[in-house]
Amino acid sequence: MLFKEILYLIQKDLVLEWRQKYALNGMLLYVGSVVFVCYLSFGMRSNILVAPVWNAMLWIILLFVSVNAIAKSFMQENRGRLLYFYSIVSPQGIILAKIIYNTMLMLLLAVICFVFYGFVLGNPVQDVPMFLLSILLGAVGFSTSLTMISSIASKAANSSTLMAVLSFPVIVPMLLMLIKMSKNAMDGLDRSASLDELLTLLAINMIVVTVSYILFPYLWRS
Amino acid sequence: MKKNWWKILAVVLLVYTVVAGMLTEVPRLAILNETIRNLYFHVPMWFGMILILLVSVIYSIKYLRNPTIKSDVIAHEAAKVGILFGVLGIVTGMEWAKFTWGEYWSNDPKQNGAAIGLLIYFAYLVLRSSFSEQQQRARISAVYNIFAFAALIPLLFILPRLTDSLHPGNGGNPGFNTYDLDSRLRMVFYPAVIGWTLLGIWMVNVKSRLEILRQRLYETV
Repeated sequence: MLFKEILYLIQKDLVLEWRQKYALNGMLLYVGSVVFVCYLSFGMRSNILVAPVWNAMLWIILLFVSVNAIAKSFMQENRGRLLYFYSIVSPQGIILAKIIYNTMLMLLLAVICFVFYGFVLGNPVQDVPMFLLSILLGAVGFSTSLTMISSIASKAANSSTLMAVLSFPVIVPMLLMLIKMSKNAMDGLDRSASLDELLTLLAINMIVVTVSYILFPYLWRS
Repeated sequence: MKKNWWKILAVVLLVYTVVAGMLTEVPRLAILNETIRNLYFHVPMWFGMILILLVSVIYSIKYLRNPTIKSDVIAHEAAKVGILFGVLGIVTGMEWAKFTWGEYWSNDPKQNGAAIGLLIYFAYLVLRSSFSEQQQRARISAVYNIFAFAALIPLLFILPRLTDSLHPGNGGNPGFNTYDLDSRLRMVFYPAVIGWTLLGIWMVNVKSRLEILRQRLYETV
């Protein structure tokens, strides 16, 4: 029953996204312009873009892209539609569907961002599959925690500032792990060196999803 | 009088902490020297902060189960007192770090973790102030409080153990247990933890009673 609901809700979000292409295109353009701005600011003196800076910059871009992309997941729903959902589906279904949908969106954006970034600014990554795994974990982690934050922020006035203020401290532990793990992948270290980070990230994701699952019904009621 | 015994206990313990903490013998260790006395003031702040924030989260959960003004007020006041303890913990830690590590802020994982933890609770206060309607404010900030506490646990307890740190107890540096074998420190440390925590609980108690009275007054006027 819950499973069916989630499938329907994801399908609805996909159809909506496809019909209003401006949102997706806007995000793609956002990724493109941010990467290009980075290229222009660094491009003239490419020797200062050493590996740690390259890595940190990619993650900061991904962080801002995900905050912007996920912030709209609850703000774009109008009041009438939310009321309609309230009467036909369970809150757990909605939060899980939103998390899965946002993960898909973030994966798409993150991979495009990585490819474009590597294309424009050079690609010093030595262990690409491991790096992609860290991007995958990053996309999942960002979307799980930001989905819940965006549903909290959407209830308040002045929600776009609040979104940033609420999400950054919550996301920092995840970001630190991700930067470390992707740095290991860049340097082509042995994969077992990143095992600690990988397990911690998975554990943090599990905690966040569980807490969201439990707490969302209380938010939903208002 | 019978109900207030713990307040007297708090005062007695704190007087004992200050007097004994400043005057008793402490182990002589290189670099640390007399700054080892900071153990009685800095470390209990973090114990107190965690416990008081835990109180805040418990009252947030209580609020979601059974919405009463009392639970909301206690959760809010406890978060504020927790922040106060956190700030004092950071300040005492920085003061200590200046004498032992040479700098107030040396980009240590523990320092950064503490700063991020405080940011989370400042965000909680900002979130609270952005609602005008009382019930909505109480419910949504309770949700954020629980969510943030769940995010705080890996930050405070898992991440510092994965990285090297200058902080005692990490990266080969002696922790509390190693240089404490003569138990002279323990004699003051445990009372200090209990005393500071009781003081925090007392503050939460007074502040939330005041806040509840204030809200009742506004209702009747």
